[in-house]
Amino acid sequence: MSPAQWDLPPELCCRPMAFVALTGLDVVYNAIHRAIWDAFCANRRADRVPISFKVLAGDHEYPKCRTKRTSYEWYIPKGILKTGWMNKHLNLVPALVVLFYELDWDDPQWKEKQSECATKVEIVRDKFFSHRTSLQGRNTKVAVVLIQKKTPLPPGEDLVASERASALCGACDLSGKSLFVLPHTDHLVGYIIRLENAFYEHAQTYYYNEIRRVKSHKEFLNKTTHQLLFVRHQFKMGFFSELKQDTQNALKYYRTAYVLINELRAHETNMLEIKTMAGFVNYKICRLCFQHNTPLDAIAQFRKHIDLCKKKIGSAELAFEHTAWMSKQFQSFGDLFDEAIKLGLTAIQTQNPGFYYQQGAYYAQERKQQAGQLCGHEPGVGYPAPDPLETASGALDFYGQRPWRQGHQSIDPPDSEKEKQGILALQVKERDVLHSELIIALLSNAVAQFKKYKCPRMKSHLMVQMGEEYYHAKDYTKALKLLDYVMCDYRTERWWSLLTSILCTALKCSYLMGQVKDYITYSMELVGRASILPEEQKSRIEKNLIKVLMNEVPEPEPDCDPVSVKAAQSLWSDRISLAGNNEITIEVQDYAPFVQCKAKFLSPSFHIDEPVQLHVYVRADCPHPVRFSKLCVSLSNQEYNQYCLLEDASKGKDILESSSQENMCLVPGKTRKYCFKFVAKTEDVGKKVEIMSVGLMLGRETGRYVYLTWRGGWGDAASSHETLQASRCFKKRTRFPEQQVDWDTVSIQSSTMIISRVPKISVQLTHEPPTLTNEMYCMTVTIQSEEGTVAKDLKLTAGLKPGQDANLTQSTQITLNGSEVCDDSHPALLPDIPLGDLQPGQKIVKPLYIRCVSTGSRILLFHVAYSVSATVEGKDITCKCHKDETVTVETVVPFEVAMKFVSSKFEHLERVYVDIPFLLMMDILSASPWPIELVNSEVQLASSMTAIDQPMSQVEGVTLQTSECASECFLLKCPPVQNGTSTVASGHYIISWKRKSASAETSMVRTIITLPHVMVENIPLYIHAELPSFGCVRESLPVRYRLENRTGLVQDVEISVEPSDAFMFSGLKQVRMRILPGGEQEMLYNFYPLMAGYQVLPQLNINLMRFPNISSQLLRRFLPSRIFVKPQGRNGDTSIEAA
Amino acid sequence: MAVCIAVIAKENYPLYIRSVPTQGELKFHYTVHTSLDVVEEKISGVGKALADQRELYLGLLYPTEDYKVYGYVTNSKVKFVIVVDSSNASLRDNEIRSMFRKLHNSFTDVMCNPFYNPGDPIQSKSVFFCAHTLSIFYVTIH
Repeated sequence: MSPAQWDLPPELCCRPMAFVALTGLDVVYNAIHRAIWDAFCANRRADRVPISFKVLAGDHEYPKCRTKRTSYEWYIPKGILKTGWMNKHLNLVPALVVLFYELDWDDPQWKEKQSECATKVEIVRDKFFSHRTSLQGRNTKVAVVLIQKKTPLPPGEDLVASERASALCGACDLSGKSLFVLPHTDHLVGYIIRLENAFYEHAQTYYYNEIRRVKSHKEFLNKTTHQLLFVRHQFKMGFFSELKQDTQNALKYYRTAYVLINELRAHETNMLEIKTMAGFVNYKICRLCFQHNTPLDAIAQFRKHIDLCKKKIGSAELAFEHTAWMSKQFQSFGDLFDEAIKLGLTAIQTQNPGFYYQQGAYYAQERKQQAGQLCGHEPGVGYPAPDPLETASGALDFYGQRPWRQGHQSIDPPDSEKEKQGILALQVKERDVLHSELIIALLSNAVAQFKKYKCPRMKSHLMVQMGEEYYHAKDYTKALKLLDYVMCDYRTERWWSLLTSILCTALKCSYLMGQVKDYITYSMELVGRASILPEEQKSRIEKNLIKVLMNEVPEPEPDCDPVSVKAAQSLWSDRISLAGNNEITIEVQDYAPFVQCKAKFLSPSFHIDEPVQLHVYVRADCPHPVRFSKLCVSLSNQEYNQYCLLEDASKGKDILESSSQENMCLVPGKTRKYCFKFVAKTEDVGKKVEIMSVGLMLGRETGRYVYLTWRGGWGDAASSHETLQASRCFKKRTRFPEQQVDWDTVSIQSSTMIISRVPKISVQLTHEPPTLTNEMYCMTVTIQSEEGTVAKDLKLTAGLKPGQDANLTQSTQITLNGSEVCDDSHPALLPDIPLGDLQPGQKIVKPLYIRCVSTGSRILLFHVAYSVSATVEGKDITCKCHKDETVTVETVVPFEVAMKFVSSKFEHLERVYVDIPFLLMMDILSASPWPIELVNSEVQLASSMTAIDQPMSQVEGVTLQTSECASECFLLKCPPVQNGTSTVASGHYIISWKRKSASAETSMVRTIITLPHVMVENIPLYIHAELPSFGCVRESLPVRYRLENRTGLVQDVEISVEPSDAFMFSGLKQVRMRILPGGEQEMLYNFYPLMAGYQVLPQLNINLMRFPNISSQLLRRFLPSRIFVKPQGRNGDTSIEAA
Repeated sequence: MAVCIAVIAKENYPLYIRSVPTQGELKFHYTVHTSLDVVEEKISGVGKALADQRELYLGLLYPTEDYKVYGYVTNSKVKFVIVVDSSNASLRDNEIRSMFRKLHNSFTDVMCNPFYNPGDPIQSKSVFFCAHTLSIFYVTIH
């Protein structure tokens, strides 16, 4: 028996297809025949009918048909299914034999050819039937295909053809349906497809008849003696149905067969046969269910099958056969399932082929175990001779039978001695089976499936099993590789029980391979807190670990294969003797070793003039104290590393020898603290010092050593969770005696800032906020030293603090010189103004002037830097100190200037008229919280304006308090303009002012204000009145109206004076006159006031004939409208005047 | 009946795991650990589709040849897993549910214990817990 004896036969696993034999084709030498054959069998697509074709010789011998029995009365079947039966119907007995023959209808030698063809048909028939008339032969039909060179005419047109066809049918004893014509033309494939469809129909009829034939046997059978035949016939009908491509009925027959198998009387001798057949039928059912897309039926059938067969163990001495069979059942179902998925079925996480492969692997493991128990023969027991497994034909007659008692169906074995020999032979064979290979293959199948269906933990578990199986198979390299791969999954998920178990296996592997680094790594973890091993195991491993560190051979791990241990011991001795490769570095963040470490700076920042302090806490969880030889801290600035180093002075001594430095021995469960101190470099001020790593050396630098490194100074694979738990815990901590630390309370501070020394100077600012726009704002900085020694190189940086709005930089200027006025060339920040040295207690006062062009708030910075020498830890250093003062200053406008144009009557003017005087009014409103002194003011007129008299400042020397207002006005007039109207610039108004401050001398600021533009208009007629400033009741008041023609035209003017109650008057009441260009006309009136007080003068109506749009209203604005009339004095008027 | 009971933390590490002493403890640890694949999948599925549904019982996680594994997840994502012998066909779904309810109650008791730090393994000597879990085993044996 081959090792693959449990594999299902290929004829069972294939898809049955109708078998059609082709004869009369010479595919080797005849090109036409070759082409026909290729068209049949090459590139068959899925849409072609399912037929398997074979070319056979014309005189091919087909399997002989046995004489069919007429009665089953005395027949006792020898088994369920013959081993050759399926193959016979798949590959040997055709459903149809097709004879190809080259013959055209108009062949000149028709007669001869016809008889030759008939003979050939006869020969084929003879191979099937010994007697033609006998009904007991096969039902296989013969068909003839005539290969013709000519394209046939449409049916019915070729009379010769139909005549000859019927003649040929007669000669060959063929029905008309079995004669075909194949014209060898261009459309060969098309003809072939039509041909094969016809063949397929013939084949289906054949298989249909076969089913009926098998079914007809049923009536002859009885339930007592022919139980096996019931199963056989159902199976055959199922198989024929499959050949017929009737899968629904096939499934029905197979299901019946399965029920019948389970009804068979099972006993030890036929158990294997029953199980084998049950397995076959189950396979067929599941396969068809998947094919019909009813996977749940398939799964249900398989579960039922397993439940039924699980207990059918059979012979106890061959129990491994049962588990092997079970394993195969699961595997083949897994294969079927997987195949269905490849064809489009969707599987889910909890129902996928992986579970079946996994279960198959379990049974394979059980098989291995049973084989170990049952096949552990004495060395002397060999394979029995003669071989009881040998059969005459070299193969079995029936599936699932024992070779030494084929066909035997009674309960007891016929020959107990033979039986024993047979069992022994099977056991000896089983001993040689490579079980691990089978198990690993199944497991790796399962791994692939679980990977696909998102089961990472299941996958890891299976990989562990694979690793363990490799370990058993002594393939330690592969075992270690797999175990190492999954270990970290269990470590990160904190399943310590599982991790411990894996580590133990891995440790064994690494021991057996003499892998020093792996051995040490696994030992360290197994000894530590992540392992759940009992104390004595940990103790043993720790002792071994120490041995390895001392370059000695460790004790072997328990339960290892003794042969491998021998090999390992010699490997280890070689390792010991070899020099080199003795330094091992382990980065602990991927493991949970038995030493833990936490490193911290005592403070998040240190001043440069104090030593940086660093504590390293180390703790071991192993059962025995352990000594280390070196502890070093690696910092981001390598230069400090030398100060953070603890080394065993007694180099080269025995690792166990108690040294004077008790300090370097870690006692289990106790936390050790190591303090380091160093003085930071002055150039590191403002920089961060980080703990890059902490290293701990176990073993000797001279011998073998392990260097554990904690990146960042703390933490391994388990510690982050532990820290979290500790932080959550609010339990009252047990008090620790002095010098001892509670591990959980140690916090981490893995970096620190080196900051500059605290400055001992005072910086004071004196100023009077807010600042006024454009003024030179004085700020006085007072720096006083409180240092004990000289503060050297004092430097002041003052100005706008960087990082503010960019516009502020443009609008802020600073200078040291208060006498000049800043402009754009001055910077916003004055850096590093040297102030020299400052003796202890000395004071420097420095005024600074800031000009703010725009309003708003600004942050101003005053930064004083200096250096001073100090002594730290007996080391002289020069410390740079600095002190910053910032102040926020508001800038406001000092005053607001309002300007307006008014007429000489102080009436608001929209526009001014050429050559007519008007007033420019200025109102200066103080907005400053501080008093402002107006030093001077000045109007700089544009060319379009002229002053009527010398303009003098009227506000000179005026001091304005907050919200006070100062006003002044200037009398101006405009020279003529080109056109009638135009807008002209007026000029500038310049105010010189300064803040009136008691404390400091302030400088004068000139503020220039642009005067608004104004509209200037020509006027055709100007009129003005000359009259006294007041009148008296009943005293004559002479008034002269002067009219000027300002145009180049002669103007007709109509003037009338309206009567008034307050006045009597003499003069022209209504007049019309003509004024020459540039000419002037005077009108004289004598008004006689009648009433005292402010009186409205008689209204003068002026009508310009040429300029109707110039209304008298407008002209009247040039004239006074009222006059004050004094009451008439009593007698002695003169006396009043005199008074 | 129940051959193994486990309480798994939110982060998927075991808080409590106990099995009948007759069979290999390690095997049950693996069974419980692998069942977390299905629990994770179910929880993430629930999160998407049935967010408002407050069903804590996850039902049968997956059957093996010998055991059935049931799951339950609390609102704080602590998982309970009960492994039952497959041969025990008489065990109904609501019996499993009641086992889980008991387990949940006793777990709540443990959480209420002021001396218990959430996230620490539950000590089997914990009085609250032991009484109830033992009763589950007790039910299972008889």
